[in-house]
Amino acid sequence: MTPKTRLIVFLFAALILSLLYLRTLRSLPQLDSPLDPYGTLINQVGTYERHVTEMVGAVNFDYRAIDTLGEELILFFSIGGCVMLLKEIQEHPNGGKQSGNKKDGSVRHDIPNPSDASRGFALLLVGPLVLFGFYIVTHGHLTPGGGFQGGVVIATAFLLVYVAGDFKTFKEITSSSFVEIAEAGALLFFLGVGFAGLAFSKAIFENVLPLGTTGKLFSGGMIPVLNVLTGLAVGTGLITLIYAFLEQTLAKEAGEK
Amino acid sequence: MNYIGYIVGFYIFLVGVYGIVRSKNFVHLILCLTVLQSSTYVILLQAGFRTHRVPPIWVNVPPGTPAVDPVMQALMLTDIVVEATVAALLLAIAMQLHKAACTLDPDELDALEG
Repeated sequence: MTPKTRLIVFLFAALILSLLYLRTLRSLPQLDSPLDPYGTLINQVGTYERHVTEMVGAVNFDYRAIDTLGEELILFFSIGGCVMLLKEIQEHPNGGKQSGNKKDGSVRHDIPNPSDASRGFALLLVGPLVLFGFYIVTHGHLTPGGGFQGGVVIATAFLLVYVAGDFKTFKEITSSSFVEIAEAGALLFFLGVGFAGLAFSKAIFENVLPLGTTGKLFSGGMIPVLNVLTGLAVGTGLITLIYAFLEQTLAKEAGEK
Repeated sequence: MNYIGYIVGFYIFLVGVYGIVRSKNFVHLILCLTVLQSSTYVILLQAGFRTHRVPPIWVNVPPGTPAVDPVMQALMLTDIVVEATVAALLLAIAMQLHKAACTLDPDELDALEG
């Protein structure tokens, strides 16, 4: 199919889709219609049942925790798949010919060094970002945030170490055994919390931890526990992923693609 | 304007698909896919939003006040994680493709060799 044919087919399909979409706009939820029953119910009883103030976190990690388990598994397995795909490139570049991989972590000499401004800024931001990431993860049941968002912030904080030009420290951080153990262990404990619900209360992901008072940091039963576990798993997983991609630029000799 | 979220979401969707159709580079195609997935967030958010309501966070607000839908926002969180993982896997496959075929142009990669 030539590019021109593809464009004509796309324009035709876009026209038909637009007409159908404009026709069904009126039956989509409007701005003044009442909320769906599930949303209304969670808004009304969520604070009394689970002692948390953030309903989105309660939906993600308590009422629909089994969907979050599926999401967590998606992340875990896709990161594993990416690392597997990229390791194969690194080990067999250009059909098996062993290139002189620079194992000491030095950068290719055709990549310019980061400027002093970006280096200073990145180093200044690493500490506050780690703290901020922990705050977002642990307060996921009180204010907007949670495990996924805080995990990404923590991974970005460690990526800033690479941006500052210090690949050696970045390599040490991501190759340490703590990252691997944390990623797998967090997923295992996530499953453990779910099956603890099965063991005690006869329903998976049922709350078995004490609920506490609304508004305090230790409240909500298993919601802050799942938040911390998810933050750990997402943060370490993303660091592994970023390292797998960055290793491509650093292990090959210059001029070899 | 009552339908602004729906119209904007649909426009972003069309822009994303147009980028995929006219793309000459696989990395550009993957980023257009990301743009396309963002349009679903806009549409989901508009579907969960009601005017003159507070967010579903009861920090200083009594829990009986009318609020927007928290289930839609929870769906969006799942969606964002899926988008990130799909983009990561596709980029890894693009690197494999470049190693195997030495080109990233979709128009030149239409031969299935046995």
